[in-house]
Amino acid sequence: MELFGDPGQWLPLTFAGLMGLSILIYVVLDGFDLGVGVLFPFADDGEKDMMVASIGPFWDANETWLVLAVGLLLVAFPTAHGAILTALYLPVAVMLIGLILRGVAFEFRVKAPTPHKRAWNTAFFVGSLMTSLAQGYMLGLYIMGLEQSWATWAFGALTAVFLTVGYSFIGATWLILKTSDVLQAKAVQWARGGIWGLVLGLGAISLASPLVSDRIWDKWFSVPEIFALAPLPLMSVALVVLLWLALRRLPTSDDSWAWFPFVASIVLFTLAFFGLAYSFYPYVVPDQLTIYEAASAPESLFIILVGTCVVLPMIGGYTVLAYTVFRGKAQELRYD
Amino acid sequence: MDTLLLSRIQFGANISFHILFPTITIALGWVLLFFKLRFNATGEIKWMDAYRFWVKVFALSFAMGVVSGITMSFQFGTNWPGFMETVGNIAGPLLAYEIMTAFFLEAVFLGIMLFGFSRVPGWLHTLATFLVAFGTTMSAFWILVLNSWMHTPEGFEMRNGVAFATDWWAIIFNPSMPYRLVHMLLASGLTVAFLIAGFSAFRWLRGDQGRDVRAGLKTGLMLGAVLIPIQIFAGDMHGLNTLKYQPQKVAAMEGNWETDTNVPLLLFAIPDEEARENRMEIAIPNGASLILTHKADGEVPGLNDFVTPEGEVMHPPVAPVFYAFRIMVGTGMAMLLLSWASVAIMARRRDVGALPRPMLFVMVPMAFSGWVATLAGWYTTEIGRQPWLVQGVLTTEMAVADVPAPFVGTTLVAYLAIYALLLSAYVFVLFYLAAKAGKGEQIRLRVPQPGEAIARQVPAE
Ligand code: HDD
Ligand code: HEM
Ligand code: HEM
Repeated sequence: MELFGDPGQWLPLTFAGLMGLSILIYVVLDGFDLGVGVLFPFADDGEKDMMVASIGPFWDANETWLVLAVGLLLVAFPTAHGAILTALYLPVAVMLIGLILRGVAFEFRVKAPTPHKRAWNTAFFVGSLMTSLAQGYMLGLYIMGLEQSWATWAFGALTAVFLTVGYSFIGATWLILKTSDVLQAKAVQWARGGIWGLVLGLGAISLASPLVSDRIWDKWFSVPEIFALAPLPLMSVALVVLLWLALRRLPTSDDSWAWFPFVASIVLFTLAFFGLAYSFYPYVVPDQLTIYEAASAPESLFIILVGTCVVLPMIGGYTVLAYTVFRGKAQELRYD
Repeated sequence: MDTLLLSRIQFGANISFHILFPTITIALGWVLLFFKLRFNATGEIKWMDAYRFWVKVFALSFAMGVVSGITMSFQFGTNWPGFMETVGNIAGPLLAYEIMTAFFLEAVFLGIMLFGFSRVPGWLHTLATFLVAFGTTMSAFWILVLNSWMHTPEGFEMRNGVAFATDWWAIIFNPSMPYRLVHMLLASGLTVAFLIAGFSAFRWLRGDQGRDVRAGLKTGLMLGAVLIPIQIFAGDMHGLNTLKYQPQKVAAMEGNWETDTNVPLLLFAIPDEEARENRMEIAIPNGASLILTHKADGEVPGLNDFVTPEGEVMHPPVAPVFYAFRIMVGTGMAMLLLSWASVAIMARRRDVGALPRPMLFVMVPMAFSGWVATLAGWYTTEIGRQPWLVQGVLTTEMAVADVPAPFVGTTLVAYLAIYALLLSAYVFVLFYLAAKAGKGEQIRLRVPQPGEAIARQVPAE
């Protein structure tokens, strides 16, 4: 443990990194399948089946990244875990109920008698929407330092809408990649609409976080940081322009470039995530508790780290296997 | 009601709902692997039909287990922050290992197991089925390590009110872990055995007497008949272990107020905690002494030993533990009776069809007997630990969150409503699937070749 210097320093940092990584993976992966759920009302019945088929083999593993993220928060920063989750008690409950509804709807919508299918489709949509809104609201409150006031609630409401639009955007780009014909063309339309929400959302969050906290303001707008950081917003703007151009030309006749919007949105989400992470470091509860103050005993963290180094590559390996097995255009899901 | 009581009800409701589905998936995964291997070995279509039917039940149960499990993992933070703050150094790594070694394994390979049959080679599909079953069992292992440690904590020291691990081996193999793990895995096996037998009986009674239904009936009843004696033995050993480490729990289970020798075994009683005595006892003389010490004049601990001189009660509430224990054991006895009687009939007449109709009628409600016994068992265990959350280390009261009671009340009502809805939908859909399978809709004689990928425009299942 002492090999890399003071474990009280590098272990919390490592775990903050791991936690950030799983949140990022979660937001991208469950982001697209939540987004597909949010887009449900715009599709007809056959398309709905196809949309579910495109995420059916993946959603469970995608959600496991949320469990890992909360798990890491819980094991690495127990005091922060309690503080954050009790402050967000109600939105967490809304998110959980949303996750329950959509998770079971996957199964019920095809197993219940046909007349009930419509109700389960609605549950799938409502669940996805509740989850996305709740996550966006929590993001907003977190940016506002977990303060409770009319202003922070309003900001939370704003981020709730924007994150939902962001998820439906990445969901639409996933559908462009995984479907064909009419549904693909529809997905391109959805993405064209969603991109504006995305731009507004990124803009709102980028503007609000430095305004709320002087510390964040200083981290971004002092020399020389401002120059070192300039590529981040510039790259995001460039990506948005490329996305917009691509969406105008898609779908192509030979289906080339269908992957581009999805990959570009992953990069965009990643850039935004790094921006946020940079703003908040070293705090885990904004402006209250740093990762170093909140960390659990180094011995316990070390035990987990050893396991993580062995297991994480394996998880990566079989995740890749799953995406390879179900590569290509989505097909109807069958057990045989 | 205050936050503590509401949080306890909420946690109890959530975990009770959650455990219903792991109990099914843990063992059903292995049973599916069994069906698959039988099919691979014999090529008989009945095994594949049985697999096809039960894999649907598995998928549905798995989804219910996953979503309620995610709720569980948030509860620690939203309702019991004191738990992680005090014992996080021990609970944390155990939960992390569960997520990393079990949850990802089962979640990733589930996709391949459910939808990959015609996309991957046969061996990979069988391997995926195995890994899912293995993953659920691993998950049971880790969570039961944690839960057992909460009952019999070892291998740690307290510094400034926070637990620090000193010996991971002692933490993982804490004294009650082997018993609890064995007892729970057997409980899962029994739940699935009676579920399969019950639904096969249901289909049989509806006139659907195909070979896969016969295979199901036979597999379920045989599995039940084999596991139940082992479970009773394991339960007895578990009780002896508890006597050593948590005597107050055993005293509550037996409804015994005064420490004494020649203590009778109460078949029925109404424990009265106000008066600190039982009413309407029906008892077998010396029974409890015999079971717990294997001597008629053995000493059995009494509840009155666990009241401090100041009058503070340090033993669990008696009536719920007492009743829950009897429900579990009673259900176990009913399982023994039913499975052995039916296996005897099947063996004598060499035919599943020889089972008398009344017996089949009993089997249908017994499909859920595993649920009843498992829940009753967990209530015995968990309520029997009160007022402690971690025995001797942390009380439940110390762990509760400082969230306003109306918040907890609201979420509790929401969870209860949604759980009631989902549970009815689940049971309804199981019967619906069974009835539908009976109409022959699901049983196609087509055996798909592994590796063959075909896009079809039929609604997904
Ligand atoms: C004896 C077994 C057992 C027990 C006591 C528990 N669980 Fe569980 N859990 C499982 C056995 C299981 C399982 C068999 O592994 C599940 C059920 C269905 C499934 O998909 O996995 C599962 C799923 C599951 C999931 C979803 C995993 C995923 O995304 O794939 C979470 C987060 C939890 N559980 C968390 C908990 C917590 C916090 C518990 C206690 C307080 C708990 N479980 C008790
Ligand atoms: C899956 C089977 C389980 C069941 C059915 C179960 C059931 C219960 C019940 C009924 C209570 C309420 C007792 C009371 O308040 O009087 C309880 C309490 C509790 N159990 Fe479990 N439990 C299970 C597993 C676990 C596991 C695996 C853990 C932890 C890792 C756990 C942690 C707790 C905690 C934190 C409490 C305190 C909250 C409370 O008192 O309600 N339980 N459990
Ligand atoms: C018939 C004889 C049985 C006996 C003597 C027995 C004994 C016990 C005892 C003593 C406990 C409490 C352990 C503790 O102190 O914490 C327990 C718990 C439990 N029982 Fe049983 N049991 C029997 C049958 C069953 C059956 C048939 C099932 C389910 C199918 C079952 C499921 C459970 C479960 C899930 C628990 C809680 C987990 C645990 O602590 O292991 N039991 N049992």
